[in-house]
Amino acid sequence: MSKRRVVVTGLGSINPLGNNVQDTWDNLVNGVSGIDQITSFDTTNLPVTFAGEVKNFDANEYMGKQHARKLDRSGHLSIHATEEALKDAGLDSEERLGPNVGIVFGTGIGGIGATENAVRTYDEKGPTRVNPLAITQLMPNSSTGQVAIKFGIEGPSLTITTACAASANAVGEAKNLIENGIVDMVVTGGTESGTTPMTIAAFAQIRALSTKNDSPKEACKPFDKDRDGFVMGEGSTVLILESEESAKNRGAEIYAYVSGYGATTDAYHITAPAEGGAGAVKAMEKAIDDAAISSSDIDYINAHGTSTPANDKNETEAIKTVFGEKAYEVVISSTKSMTGHLLGGGGAFESMASVLSIKHGKVAPTINLNTPDAECDLNYTPNNAVDLDINTAMSNSFGFGGHNAVLVFRKN
Amino acid sequence: METNEVFEKVKNLFVEELGIDADKVTMEAKLEEDLEIDSLGIVEVVMAFEDEFNIEIDDEELTDVGTVGQAVNLLHSKL
Repeated sequence: MSKRRVVVTGLGSINPLGNNVQDTWDNLVNGVSGIDQITSFDTTNLPVTFAGEVKNFDANEYMGKQHARKLDRSGHLSIHATEEALKDAGLDSEERLGPNVGIVFGTGIGGIGATENAVRTYDEKGPTRVNPLAITQLMPNSSTGQVAIKFGIEGPSLTITTACAASANAVGEAKNLIENGIVDMVVTGGTESGTTPMTIAAFAQIRALSTKNDSPKEACKPFDKDRDGFVMGEGSTVLILESEESAKNRGAEIYAYVSGYGATTDAYHITAPAEGGAGAVKAMEKAIDDAAISSSDIDYINAHGTSTPANDKNETEAIKTVFGEKAYEVVISSTKSMTGHLLGGGGAFESMASVLSIKHGKVAPTINLNTPDAECDLNYTPNNAVDLDINTAMSNSFGFGGHNAVLVFRKN
Repeated sequence: METNEVFEKVKNLFVEELGIDADKVTMEAKLEEDLEIDSLGIVEVVMAFEDEFNIEIDDEELTDVGTVGQAVNLLHSKL
């Protein structure tokens, strides 16, 4: 029996570029940077003072203080993105979604802000003053549970924590649940809010972050010779996945098909990619096989493209290994150049960017790409969006821990 | 401190700290049903009371506290 086909019927996002999908897409294709000096806390003494923050979002105003207090910011963002995605999919009734709908969410570090706050209280005021809501805010599955409660999702739920590959793995595992007939619909995506003092400090300690404090909007420069690290970002993106049959039965608009998913592990080093991106190569090959296509069918690659020296070099090598001569023709871009690195929320954001690229026939650029690097010599769509009829798009996500997740989306 | 003063302080805590609508906070209001304070929320409420009134409240003392008025009376008795 052939597997059921899986489609995307709803999108929702809140991220450094916009608080909804339309604003986000407009800014993506116009090459706007969502990165700026950090405003949510005092960055004095931090070696890095900038990030991609979500702007103009007050959780108390959005959901009421009594409810907002129960969630970490990563949770607030996920509720907001899910509400938009469900509405987009035509599922904004007051009815509970019920047992035939699952949820698979990705996050890298869960409610890290809540963790930092609770530890601060413990140190300053002692154990009897620790926030009793700390655990339910900080646990990595907090957003999964809170979204399920809010929208009455009663099917299987999973929370995936494969660092920066988390929400790409989430979309892939959601695809598996639908393909295999476990449920007809899955609310999937990811969330992250790691723009917090300790998290910025700790990533800076391992020299992972760009330190171009004087030019935040130009700091994230994937594939550029002068790249010096990634830029922290926050945000949540949610996709509504369902079986093709379910979508057609209810007359839902289909954005694209989720056609391929490949997941592998480097088993090499906890932060550094394997030489030549060996694990990434295998994940891309598996995703291509799963979609029952060949690499030459792929029109666009939304790269992981973090702007770290190691990632961009190894990802480039990996693409060359998979695509051969075609590597120089395929259109590639890194939307992280504009959003920063959304960590566990990145794969879902970039899935959305891929799906919208197919829908609009347009590729968002890699901004700040001005100085070529001999080791990064492919077509990364520098600085300006291009029109492109895209039938098939691939999205790469690789995480600390050596996790690789690759997704293939198709127009039909 | 008079009972009505305790009530005003309690009401202020509920509104300012917990984000509960001021209109809902009456002596008769049930903590769980009317104010939507669940089992996790009660722990927060107790912490807020202890800080505000500089007292300690044992878990056993909460057994009979189901309304704002009962909480106010408990606090009043401990001051």
